[in-house]
Amino acid sequence: MDIFKIVMIGIIAAVMAVILREEKPEIAMQVSLVTGLILFLFIISKLDSVITVLKYFAGKANIDILYFSTILKVIAIAYITEFGAQVCRDAGECAIASKIELAGKVLIMVLAIPILAALMDIMIKIVP
Amino acid sequence: MDVNLIFKIAAIGIVVAVLNRVLNQSGREEMAMMTTLAGTVIVLMMVISLISRLFDNVRTMFQL
Repeated sequence: MDIFKIVMIGIIAAVMAVILREEKPEIAMQVSLVTGLILFLFIISKLDSVITVLKYFAGKANIDILYFSTILKVIAIAYITEFGAQVCRDAGECAIASKIELAGKVLIMVLAIPILAALMDIMIKIVP
Repeated sequence: MDVNLIFKIAAIGIVVAVLNRVLNQSGREEMAMMTTLAGTVIVLMMVISLISRLFDNVRTMFQL
């Protein structure tokens, strides 16, 4: 199963990072960063099939494709923001991590504005 | 799942650490500093190429 590979890689990389942490903290940080990247790349490739199935159901239930692609964009932004913030927090830079998270929230807000506008239009039509 | 990248980076880190210690012992601190910088830059080049690959994957997958 894939989960065994993932866990093994994570543990080995953690040991490597601990070895290097005392001598060379900057390279230890990059070992953990690369491990996160590799696991992320592995997960993203698995996610592809889920997205195609969801898209198929969205098409069948004739949901507007705009809404579905917005949801996908929000998920992608959330993924990357969380990844970047976690890496910065590991390196001990909590200030940078919180700034990245703030930027991620703002970007998601900007993406959600059109949907919010559509919702308000519908609400206004309903209320006489 | 290119696992050997992790081991490559860890190997570079260990080599740079040992080299750093040896150079410090032999009295050439500035050389030790240079090797540390060189090691970090090499590792950074590898990491940046992997990061750009990840971002391209996410961009194509989520049509960002």
